[in-house]
Amino acid sequence: MRHLLSTGDLSREEATLVLDTAAELAQVSGRSVKKLPTLRGRTVVNLFYEDSTRTRTSFELAAKRLSADVVNFSAKGSSVSKGESLKDTALTLQAMGADGVVVRHAASGAAHRLAGWVDGAVLNAGDGTHEHPTQALLDAYTMRARMGRVEGLRVAVVGDVLHSRVARSNVLLLHTLGAEVTLVAPPTLMPVSVHTWPCAVSYDLDAVLPKSDVVMLLRVQAERMRHAFFPTAREYSRRYGLDRDRLARLPDDAIVMHPGPMVRGMEISAEVADSPRSTVNEQVANGVSVRMAVLYLLLGGS
Amino acid sequence: MTQSSAAYLIRGARVNGRDPADILIRDGVVAEVGPGLSAPDARVVEAHGLIALPGLVDLHTHLREPGREDAETVASGARAAAAGGYTAVHAMANTDPVADTAGVVEQVWRLGRESGHCDVQPVGAVTRGLAGERLAELGAMAESAAAVRVFSDDGMCVSDPLLMRRALEYVKAFDGVVAQHAQEPRLTEGAQMNEGVVSDRLGLAGWPAVAEEAIIARDCLLTEHVGSRLHVCHVSTKGSVQILRWAKSRGCDVTAEVTPHHLLLTDDLAEGYDPVYKVNPPLRTAEDVQALREALADGTIDCVATDHAPHPAEAKETEWATAAMGMLGLETALSIVQHTMVDTGLLDWDGVAERMSAAPARIGRLSGHGRPIAAGEPANVTLYQADTAWEVDPAALASKSANTPYRGMRLPGRVTATFLRGTPTVLDGKIQ
Ligand SMILES: [Zn+2]
Repeated sequence: MRHLLSTGDLSREEATLVLDTAAELAQVSGRSVKKLPTLRGRTVVNLFYEDSTRTRTSFELAAKRLSADVVNFSAKGSSVSKGESLKDTALTLQAMGADGVVVRHAASGAAHRLAGWVDGAVLNAGDGTHEHPTQALLDAYTMRARMGRVEGLRVAVVGDVLHSRVARSNVLLLHTLGAEVTLVAPPTLMPVSVHTWPCAVSYDLDAVLPKSDVVMLLRVQAERMRHAFFPTAREYSRRYGLDRDRLARLPDDAIVMHPGPMVRGMEISAEVADSPRSTVNEQVANGVSVRMAVLYLLLGGS
Repeated sequence: MTQSSAAYLIRGARVNGRDPADILIRDGVVAEVGPGLSAPDARVVEAHGLIALPGLVDLHTHLREPGREDAETVASGARAAAAGGYTAVHAMANTDPVADTAGVVEQVWRLGRESGHCDVQPVGAVTRGLAGERLAELGAMAESAAAVRVFSDDGMCVSDPLLMRRALEYVKAFDGVVAQHAQEPRLTEGAQMNEGVVSDRLGLAGWPAVAEEAIIARDCLLTEHVGSRLHVCHVSTKGSVQILRWAKSRGCDVTAEVTPHHLLLTDDLAEGYDPVYKVNPPLRTAEDVQALREALADGTIDCVATDHAPHPAEAKETEWATAAMGMLGLETALSIVQHTMVDTGLLDWDGVAERMSAAPARIGRLSGHGRPIAAGEPANVTLYQADTAWEVDPAALASKSANTPYRGMRLPGRVTATFLRGTPTVLDGKIQ
């Protein structure tokens, strides 16, 4: 593994290695001195073309806990807005000797392009509507921590699948790890070729809930209404929102996940978001361990 | 380039792939074609084993001048055209300023004449500024020195059905044709590549085939209704082919073109997000490619057009979403057509001559081009070595740009000479 661009590139063994490594490294986070010398002398650049304080902070913490030098390169308002291209930026990072580049970008494929231009490892921290591999890894990690396994779990992924990099990464990874994924969305928010994906598809959340061990809600942007993906927020919420009544349809030990940030009221009711079934805060905490594991595995060798 | 009124005796060329014969060119016309010709004053061009084709004609070239001379100029584009075996190209109107007045089309036409490498026939915009709101002065462009006959907002679709109807009607006055870039704008908002399995996997917004097919169907019906002439640019889907077949069977006066890249390349090439494969219309599926080949073979699609779209490196060395659309085509077209149509047995060299020279000249009403290689005809001749191969090196192309999807590929066949009205623009494989 040289880069982490897509969860589709991970074998079952590699994905399991990440999760196992994350579990070991999680113990570090429990110590009073939360630091390992593993990546001392190595430089990790956080290259964020899209604002995402939580993801950037998570990667930054992960790198620092492994003693790497971290450079935050916020592309907003920098030379990028003055017309510097991604390639120019890549060559700059190259000159600075970046060992790893964590990139978040609004364009699908930006991480792939970058990987062709730099020598260091590229970690895709979300590219357009393509993928967000560490999110999927931390989701799988969270499932394993709560449910004791991933294989055989029945996972419903609900919401704007079409525009969701989280959904794409999760479908690929969870399939690799042996879970059964069902995507639930109105047909307008489902990719046209979704029948070729390694998952089931449903437009009916109520029918799927009783057969789900995990319900993962995706963010739905209200502005999708303008493009006629669905009629109103209220109708969306009625058909695909998770409220108390729907929560009751789940098996007793089922969990509710959300990659955040949540839009309370539309995709998830406040009551459900704050219930003990919800893993939202664990997901954030697990994110640091998983990102430590990925950085360690990509940059740790000699 | 030096003007030369010298006579040339081309020895042993196989005209449209038939038995070897000599071709005598004198005073810009083909003087004689036959075995064992002699002309002591003529310069001899040995052409044994070469195929002679009528000079190729492109209905769809982007030359970028005026406005983007860093990507291509009329002169550099004309050189690239000559290198590819072309003697005439239609220069699309989406320049800056747009070719929507007699002044701009005459400027482009004159630059082509000055270059001397290829006849450059300007295409006039259908609507002012390609804005799709008001008709451009089509008549003034038709009556200008450039004598425009092809009108197109290429790059944009004339999506307003009323405006399209009016354009089709209006150009009847001067035997013009509206060349439509069929792309329903609402169905392709933000579109990045063919909509399908690959776009879903890559997370790139999809460009559905129906966005092209719906416009073609509508335009064929409009054309039939007003009794005009429609040309469909760069057909890219199987469904479009089926609509064209249906329209032609009804007697609709519609013609269509396909690009070499749509005859060969498929959307899965986008997997590495290399924008060299980003093109409008997008690369489609293998099934579409097969349908396009068959349609070109059976005449449903009338001709091959390059859609030569040069871009400077920085427009392509970027993220897919921000990269410019388009790829080079002039210098590789004949090789790609050989590879996809001739070597597969779908087309013989007569068919190539029809689809790359005669048909585009006829559709564009270019009287001096697309004529057979026969006594008394203008000496527009391309000599082509089919039984060779070359590796595409973007840096070695005559175009000012290097955005070819065939970089590093071995392609069959090379143009060894091009004659424009008896004057070699390419000789011994070198641009003159
Ligand atoms: Zn076009």
